[in-house]
Amino acid sequence: MRPLIQITNLKKAYGIFTVLHGIDLDIDEGEVVCVIGPSGSGKSTLIRCINRLEAFSSDSSIVVDGVTVGPGKALAKVRAEVGMVFQSFNLFPHLTVLKNVMLAPMRVRGTKSADAERKARELLARVGIAEQAEKYPGKLSGGQQQRVAIARALAMEPKVMLFDEPTSSLDPEMVGEVLDVMKRLAGTGVTMIVVTHEMGFARQVADRVIFMDGGRIIEQGTPGEIFDNPKEERTRGFLRAVLNH
Amino acid sequence: MNLLNTFFNIPILIETFPLLLSGLLVTLEIGITSIIVGLVGGLFLALVRLYGAGPVPFLAKIYIDIFRSIPLLVLLIVVYYALPFVGIRFSPFVSAVVALTLVSSAYTAEIFRAGIEAIPHGQFEASQALGLSSRHMMIDVILPQAIKIVIPPLTNNCINVLKDTALASVVAMPDLLKQATQAQALSANPTPLIGAALIYVALLWPLVSIVARLEKRFGGEKRA
Repeated sequence: MRPLIQITNLKKAYGIFTVLHGIDLDIDEGEVVCVIGPSGSGKSTLIRCINRLEAFSSDSSIVVDGVTVGPGKALAKVRAEVGMVFQSFNLFPHLTVLKNVMLAPMRVRGTKSADAERKARELLARVGIAEQAEKYPGKLSGGQQQRVAIARALAMEPKVMLFDEPTSSLDPEMVGEVLDVMKRLAGTGVTMIVVTHEMGFARQVADRVIFMDGGRIIEQGTPGEIFDNPKEERTRGFLRAVLNH
Repeated sequence: MNLLNTFFNIPILIETFPLLLSGLLVTLEIGITSIIVGLVGGLFLALVRLYGAGPVPFLAKIYIDIFRSIPLLVLLIVVYYALPFVGIRFSPFVSAVVALTLVSSAYTAEIFRAGIEAIPHGQFEASQALGLSSRHMMIDVILPQAIKIVIPPLTNNCINVLKDTALASVVAMPDLLKQATQAQALSANPTPLIGAALIYVALLWPLVSIVARLEKRFGGEKRA
């Protein structure tokens, strides 16, 4: 079976500073992949290349479900199939929660308003904030905002969901509610790539854990392999630093 | 008493008031036309300056810089008195609107650009990640938020355009100022000028205080 996402020789540099040194990575449909690593290791840049929020070197290639991710007309099509959840939520502050979720299906897929609303309410119920639908994002807590952001991305029925440190800007007491939503999502067979510092989540939910450092994939494997039996010294060092404090 | 008769001569004011009102109408026509065309042109300029392809942003920047540098009176005189030498002849009304619009759209463009640039980058990224086209991103996400930011400076610009319409009197446009100077000459008394000044103030004072209120309201607003 062809992998859902094929990343080949992904290179990215800011001027003379190289962020990604030629990454090769395949992601299968239904797979839940957690990407861990120190700050500046390139893990956020990696997933931001998948929907080309970051441009990358022209001799690199990313193919999502058979469509090459490149500049030009096809890009919006790929992006419509790739949902993304940001560290800083990025909800639209001038639209109600409901309208935030309805906007893209109506504008991109041409979904009728009534259908988009039904779907949006269903998704908001799924992430546990149905009763906040008429409020503006600014009135919600961080955890609630991030759950709206997840619903907004899901409304496009994407083939893959990218999470870019979704809990890193949340108050500690709100991390759990967002991770719970993500756990349930993983259980429904959605393909997910999660950049995270939540090692507990990665261990519990991931099919595969990828450890990155210095713009390279250092090691990857099942959570058991990475967390209990890391082969690389850099992986061990990182895990010691994040787990023993 | 003498002073009152000279500057606030009520019979003369009453006599010349219809003339002043017809001038006010012309002032409003020039002003409102220039404001509307300037807004549309300014938004267009701002968008091509920010997102145009190839040399377009640079050309837009040149346009904006030139028309923010040139004194409006000079531009107006060039349009009305110089262009006829190359066969381009505008009526006084069109000359005034053209000059005001050229300048107003340059200022408006900068206001819109600042408004769009004030929108957090995450709003653009979220729109793109959802697959929204550039057009929908602008119409549904960016501009509705930018409008709030730019309303106070835009209103300020409208005030300036309305004030600058007085310059149209130099191209024989029968606007409020021109009518007032005519009436002054006819009645050999400056009261009509005072009347015109009062009408300008009465017209613009409310706008000025609205700007102050808008700046207070939008200025202190927290943005998500």
